[in-house]
Amino acid sequence: MESLWPQIEPLLAQVSKPARYIGGELGAQQVEHGPGAVSWLLVYPDTYEVGLPNQGLQILYEILNERPDAAAERSYAPWVDMEASMRATGVPLFSVEGHHPAAAFDVIAFNLSAELVYTNVLNMIDLAGVPVRAADRTDEHPVVMAGGHCAFNPEPLADFVDCFVLGDGEEVVGEINDVLAEFRCVPTPPAGGRSALLTALSRVPGVYVPSCYDVAYGDDGRLTGITPRTAGTPERVEKRTITDLGAWPYPRQQLVPLIEVVHDRLNVELFRGCTRGCRFCQAGMITRPVRERPAEQVRTMVAAGLERTGYDEVALTSLSSADYSGIEETVTGIIDDPSCSGQVSVSLPSLRVDAFTVGTAAQIQRVRRTGLTFAPEGGTWRMRQVINKLIREEDLYAAVDAAFSQGWKRVKLYFLIGLPTETDEDTLGIVALAKQCVAIGKRYHNSVTVTASVGGFVPKVQTPFQWFGQNTIEELTRKVHLLRDAARPVRGLTIRWHDPKATAAEGIVSRGDRRMGAVIEQVWRNGGTFQEWSEYFDLDLWTDALAAQGMTLEDAVYRHRTEDEVLPWDHVSAGLHRDFLWQDWKDALAEYGLPDCRWTPCYDCGACTGYGVEHVVASAVPPAGGSQGTGQDLSTGGQVPVRFLSTAPSGAAPAPGPGGSAVALATEGRG
Amino acid sequence: MRIRFRFSKLGKIRFTSQRDVARMWERALRRANLPMAYTEGFNPRPQLSFGLALPTGAESLAEYVDVSLDPVRAAEQGIVPAALPAVLDELLPEGLHVEEAVPVERSKDSLQQMVSSCSWTMRLVGVDRVGLGVMVAALLAADTVPITRERKGREEIDDLRPSVLALAVADAVTDAAVDPSGRTVGLVAELSTRPRGVRPVELLRGLIAVSDGLADRPMDGLAATGRPGSIPVLDRACRTEQWIERDGLRQEPLLGRVVPAGADRATHALERAS
Repeated sequence: MESLWPQIEPLLAQVSKPARYIGGELGAQQVEHGPGAVSWLLVYPDTYEVGLPNQGLQILYEILNERPDAAAERSYAPWVDMEASMRATGVPLFSVEGHHPAAAFDVIAFNLSAELVYTNVLNMIDLAGVPVRAADRTDEHPVVMAGGHCAFNPEPLADFVDCFVLGDGEEVVGEINDVLAEFRCVPTPPAGGRSALLTALSRVPGVYVPSCYDVAYGDDGRLTGITPRTAGTPERVEKRTITDLGAWPYPRQQLVPLIEVVHDRLNVELFRGCTRGCRFCQAGMITRPVRERPAEQVRTMVAAGLERTGYDEVALTSLSSADYSGIEETVTGIIDDPSCSGQVSVSLPSLRVDAFTVGTAAQIQRVRRTGLTFAPEGGTWRMRQVINKLIREEDLYAAVDAAFSQGWKRVKLYFLIGLPTETDEDTLGIVALAKQCVAIGKRYHNSVTVTASVGGFVPKVQTPFQWFGQNTIEELTRKVHLLRDAARPVRGLTIRWHDPKATAAEGIVSRGDRRMGAVIEQVWRNGGTFQEWSEYFDLDLWTDALAAQGMTLEDAVYRHRTEDEVLPWDHVSAGLHRDFLWQDWKDALAEYGLPDCRWTPCYDCGACTGYGVEHVVASAVPPAGGSQGTGQDLSTGGQVPVRFLSTAPSGAAPAPGPGGSAVALATEGRG
Repeated sequence: MRIRFRFSKLGKIRFTSQRDVARMWERALRRANLPMAYTEGFNPRPQLSFGLALPTGAESLAEYVDVSLDPVRAAEQGIVPAALPAVLDELLPEGLHVEEAVPVERSKDSLQQMVSSCSWTMRLVGVDRVGLGVMVAALLAADTVPITRERKGREEIDDLRPSVLALAVADAVTDAAVDPSGRTVGLVAELSTRPRGVRPVELLRGLIAVSDGLADRPMDGLAATGRPGSIPVLDRACRTEQWIERDGLRQEPLLGRVVPAGADRATHALERAS
């Protein structure tokens, strides 16, 4: 392959952050492309700073490059100034390592982490010089693939992506490479060209090839079914699940970028999957069951990673890191490691809401550079039962108390508005909770900040809320105003909110069927790239495109789906039985909470039984402290203790001992 | 214990910023397991002090960083400064090359405050030797060269002239600034850091500004034709030295090599570059 560097170099003097385009990271691989290896361009369709840390992409990058018959490079969305320069000078999309043209690769594979990047996907295919529509591609073009969470509703991108990959990629990427090698790396490939290749790919478990399926619509325009048209192509594509995370200690060589990126630190994945069962959370639903990484391997990966990268911060990642069996031993093991010389801080990105967790956080966060963040999500106990985020108010207050008493002065709370059955009382409950948190903080510091960050809820596919009609822009705006007005008199409380218009646009794409592709294409053709970025987001582009296709926000976003309706993603499966999801939806409407199945009997959601796998957890005992354990009395969640922690601290904050002393601290003064 | 390193920044890595380079050093020093001294406070950082910030996109043969080590642990570990360049060279990204390291005394002023001028070589396109020579002469002859530049979000007019200590078109026979391809024209300069540092692009704006005032020379607008009088565009810039001036003598910051602050300042820079 030819390097485009001589053409790229002169452009870099004129663009912002030129180092986005030079590669050179520690861990970057200079691969050789040859006839014996399938060439992959792994693409994150957002800026370099956002995309580089993506762990899924880095894992596949390493696994592919370890194979003798594969060679992988990476690419990220060029920022608007660079894209303009590239188009003006005829420079196509390129890889950051070898600056090779994207169209010269066998595969261009996108990571889909969010819906609003879809227009960037189209833009990057086009910038590669590849036809945007899959149907227009020929044998000489790369295969365009996509994976990641958004692949669980592939239909909105079905016209543009040749094949989607569902679930964990570690195993299936090799199987896909085998098929590609059969077609691309032999002197006489099988007959049938591109369509034969795609048909072969459609037979790989976990792979969905849209062109191998027929889509039928009824007289009323509603989708009636998506069915395979070729033999051996499955009616329902099941996601892939690796059973043993310990068998995949990746990334072994995490990329260390030359420039600052988001999550600029060592990341080690503690476990995959979450069974807390929060009904709004797509990640928790589609990544089941829970599979923990062995503690010894976590220690090794942390020690080796810090040594190799020179980072002074490690994040122990998962969907709820405090739930990891033996989390305490793991984190104290890291900070007590003499090779860290007391200069390494550990962060747990997803804190559970309880004092115990804060105690752990206080111990391990050497550098308190930020505030602590908790996510109660709902403003009232009733609301939190509907969404199955079973946090009692006293747990939140104990957590906040522990945070303020241990030196933090800023606490951030995440909430959702526009949830099913939400009343104004629920919405205003957000301010009531946050106000109470400010009052707690005032007992420790003169100046405290509590920020309530409010997002508009977008119902996600493969969750119990997939049938729910999203709140309108007007309704979300009204709720934002309610919150803003109620919070105004409260000193120390700040309300931040997500733009309801962006929430609507996300809703357009999230649950669309294949016809939504025309809308996405029109938004892109009218210049709508980087829609995740507020400075470029434009709702008018979306509503105009919807209108041009004869669609409405009312039907695409705000409408409740019915039980008997064929959903556009019914033919792809995250393992969850449809009747489990429907029952969970009914339970939500009945305000009925469902405890975590790790420590209670199975609800038969399908994720374990369907794939013959089980939770892999080192400890069968639920974590200590906090309402999110089990055996709790869920009937009292809304009761606020009259008084908690009556004694204000004198001087320095008491140092928490290992384990549950923070809980004791917060419980002592309780009336 | 404080150790001063001299390093170069060449090639693709020139597109990273000064802050990026600082982070690369922090990571490399941690990987080298050096007993760094940390700042006090809630958010302790390694004590690193760089010389004058290098603009993003510029190369350099003369970058400096002072690294403070914990004296007790450094003695325990038997740190030998002269051995460190080879160790760190392995750990820094490609394009950063550590040349030398020497222990230095702690001083009141930071490296950044002490540096008084920098030598540069530049390669320009869109202009030929004759045209550039006219511009250089015009700038050197001018009493003031006002240019507009942004400071803290506000546009201000500064006089560039006092900061230009030396300026010359590169000599095609001997200068490293001469591009063998002949595509570009070389320029060598010594630019003072006081009252404010001057970036190569700002020098170029000054050259263009004084040429605009040359009423007898026809200007052919923005087209980069290479004909005399056209607008030069910066292709590459490389800082070849940073200087500390004391008592009329210029010292190279690491070894204190002394060079008289004479008339022939700019061409001296090329001894390093060649």
